[in-house]
Amino acid sequence: MSAVLTAKDFTSEQEVRWCPGCGDYAILKAVTRALADVGATREKTVFVSGIGCASRFPYYIESYGFHTIHGRAPAVATGLKLANPELDVWVVTGDGDGLSIGGNHLLHALRRNVGLKILLFNNEVYGLTKGQYSPTSRQGTRSPSTPTGSFEAPVSPCEFALGAGARFIARAIDVDKPGLGGVLEAAHAHNGASFVEIYQNCIVYNENVFESFTGKEHAAERQLRVEHGRPLVFAEGKRGLAFNLEAFGLEVVDAEAEADRVLTHDETNPNLAGMLLALKEPEFPVALGVIYRDPATSFEQGFYAAHPTGMRRTASVDDAMRKTNTWWVE
Amino acid sequence: MEVSQEFSAESIVVRFAGDSGDGVQLMGTQFVASTALSGRDFLTFPDYPAEIRAPVGTTFGVSAYQINLGARPITTAGDAPRVLVAFNPAALKVNLPLLEDGALVVLNSASFTAKNLSKAGYAEDPRGTGELDSYQLVDVDMTEMTLEAVKPFGLSKSDAGRCKNFWALGLVQWMFGRDVKVIEQWLEKKFAKNEQILGANRAALHAGHAYGETAELGAAMPHLATDPAKFDPGEYRGVRGSDALALGLAAAAELADLPLVFCSYPITPASPLLHQLARMGDLGVGIFQAEDEIAAACAAIGASYGGAIGVTSSSGPGIALKTEAIGLAMSAELPLVIVDSQRGGPSTGLPTKTEQSDLYLAVYGRNADAPLPVVSARSPSDCFHAAIEAVRIALRHMTPVFLMTDGYLANAAEPWRMPKLSEIEPIKANRAVPGKTRRDELFKRDPATLARPWVPPGTPELMHRIGGLEKDINTGNISYDAANHHAMTQLRARKVALVADFIPDQSVERGPSEGKIAIVGWGSTYGTIYQVVRKLERIEPSISHIHVRYLSPLPKNLRQLLKGFERVVIPEMNNGQFATVVRDKLGIEPIQINKVSGQPFQVRELVAFIKSILESDQGNNVVQMAQGERS
Repeated sequence: MSAVLTAKDFTSEQEVRWCPGCGDYAILKAVTRALADVGATREKTVFVSGIGCASRFPYYIESYGFHTIHGRAPAVATGLKLANPELDVWVVTGDGDGLSIGGNHLLHALRRNVGLKILLFNNEVYGLTKGQYSPTSRQGTRSPSTPTGSFEAPVSPCEFALGAGARFIARAIDVDKPGLGGVLEAAHAHNGASFVEIYQNCIVYNENVFESFTGKEHAAERQLRVEHGRPLVFAEGKRGLAFNLEAFGLEVVDAEAEADRVLTHDETNPNLAGMLLALKEPEFPVALGVIYRDPATSFEQGFYAAHPTGMRRTASVDDAMRKTNTWWVE
Repeated sequence: MEVSQEFSAESIVVRFAGDSGDGVQLMGTQFVASTALSGRDFLTFPDYPAEIRAPVGTTFGVSAYQINLGARPITTAGDAPRVLVAFNPAALKVNLPLLEDGALVVLNSASFTAKNLSKAGYAEDPRGTGELDSYQLVDVDMTEMTLEAVKPFGLSKSDAGRCKNFWALGLVQWMFGRDVKVIEQWLEKKFAKNEQILGANRAALHAGHAYGETAELGAAMPHLATDPAKFDPGEYRGVRGSDALALGLAAAAELADLPLVFCSYPITPASPLLHQLARMGDLGVGIFQAEDEIAAACAAIGASYGGAIGVTSSSGPGIALKTEAIGLAMSAELPLVIVDSQRGGPSTGLPTKTEQSDLYLAVYGRNADAPLPVVSARSPSDCFHAAIEAVRIALRHMTPVFLMTDGYLANAAEPWRMPKLSEIEPIKANRAVPGKTRRDELFKRDPATLARPWVPPGTPELMHRIGGLEKDINTGNISYDAANHHAMTQLRARKVALVADFIPDQSVERGPSEGKIAIVGWGSTYGTIYQVVRKLERIEPSISHIHVRYLSPLPKNLRQLLKGFERVVIPEMNNGQFATVVRDKLGIEPIQINKVSGQPFQVRELVAFIKSILESDQGNNVVQMAQGERS
């Protein structure tokens, strides 16, 4: 019986090279703590990443790690799960890595339901290449490549994930210890692909881009913490979400006056998840926590179940090559 | 014209041609099965149109199947068919220019309607213009004969007409003096559950055979005969290159006692390999059809990282997409096999046609200084051994390895004397030993190969990080140190160069080990060059055939060997890529013969060009073959 590991046991000796004040530090802490809390082992844990600030993550975790190429971490991780489905594989990516160059792989890892914990650090900017707009940047974002402001419509990561067929979708804020910790543990416990969007503050190129709902003074009003089986309320329980049939969508109601109209969170309902993920400020709060969870057979479970021998060698090529018309020459 | 009764030769080339829906490929494979049992050597090559079902009757929809059969050694699918069975005017039009003078042409007269003639681009019926006068013509209403034969089975007219490939096969079997038993047995197995289709095809087959016997048209049907081949004793089967390659990969996995994960994205002509391996689960093979070529390469790398043998496969355009991932595997020092089934290019090029034009891509084609071992297969059955070699090098040296094949090898088939795995040396992976390998030894290298140990995740106590960033030469940690990067670049180059210590010395395939002229080939031109040298040695005994399997690094003695010849001639189905490698790596100036037509070399054209080289003392160092050859 090995000793119980602490967050420190999951911290590697590598010198961390993110900018001082980067949101990634908080995420790193939360992840090492979550690994300890869920009782992970170092030899069975693997962090796979692509390219970008977020993708430096594997170097800082005391486990196995593979820093691959831009956007391809989900594909490498899929092959890894095929070779060894017992491994606990985390994919760390960013908005550029995961949704721009690697959008295709993210789509397929999610729809295949590969047993990966995919952490997408969204800071709405390209950090490592010095500040260009990213696929999640809002319209009007000024950057070195969009000096007059971006005119492109951004992609919404969690809505993309839902559309791709993800069966676990959660959101958290980098510096929100309990919120992020809870989501990471839930992601770890989920069978199949778990997709976690983490709002991450890039202190150098996009500081405070999420301030409107992460700032302490707005948190209560602008954050909706969802929990399965609990009413969808925020602002210290004063306001809630109800369904407006005429508008065919959600509306904010007085949770005390119209308590009977306030919806209860059902994390297995993809329609509700779609509406929650689409909520936009300032009219609505930002939904956080486990928004959608409906486990199903994972890709690797399906692969091994469909494979005639579960990848074991039960026959020899000596016989296989002779399973056709053969003839002898004396 | 008068039909001669007998035609006998060392080898005979037969070609079946028709619409995609005429069942030409099936007819070909059945003819081959019976050829094998008759004790003849053979090599076959199917020639598909690029379209799945091109418009009926058009020249671009013609599908063909060619077989060269006879006494050993048959190493090509043959230059010029002696026999053509053409199911429609388009098939005649496309294939007539290929035929040998005096060839036997079997036509289905029912298909020579005004509409079909015009679709084929014939202004007049060629049977009346004299253009077929130099051929032996057998002009039969196959459709009518087939309909008559299958009448008792009550098929619809179109279904009944579809049996005509078996009628024609029956006739060809008779011409070669064979019965139809083997084919009948195959039909019985294939259509065991469909009495009607079985009965109809069997009746058509017998009717075609009987037609030869009774020869109602006045002219007697010709008999075709070749000597049987002398084979080494052993157990044989017919094998396509893609089948042999799949079996070779599975055999390598068995020899290494590891699972194999094959990751691929469908592409012509590489897909048959995916299909073959998909049925080899019980051999410890798993396949993954990825979302794209890049994901296929990356998943194979992930599988290798996880301790399996990761293999990815594609053709030129797909290999180009995998390039960055291959560089990652090289940098991370993980084993990986990349199978390149070359086809005509650039870009989409000629997907169904063959070429050898990805050699630059394999040898030089990555960002930065990134040499890799490159191995090539030379014949359908050789794909088996080439695959084992590629895996062996990848595992021993912890490196990606290119395995070059092409559209011709993938689809061509020949008899194969099957080996036993016990005759082949087992493959040893360079694995770390848990409990023995120390954590600070993870980047310590085997001095003979410079390979680092393979440490898949899950191994206790040896946790570490790898990636595409430059690594410290001792610790494997990220390093931006200038001297370290220089040292790592040299180490990677040296590591690939050291592969040469493990490959056999280059031998001479045929002919003296020094002399006037060496014909040097690689890949699928092997069979053609072999026949060319056999022919030319009668007029020039100082000619040799050298076939290079290991293209990077080259065998250590190759330079010395080639220096022993006054002239080095390199025929290639590209614009001179191996010639460039020979100039670059060996400092030898070869004479190039380049054919880039999507078609394999023909023996006769290569003989003619080498003859012209033999006759001229000096001259052009680059001979282009494809000029004026527009088929």
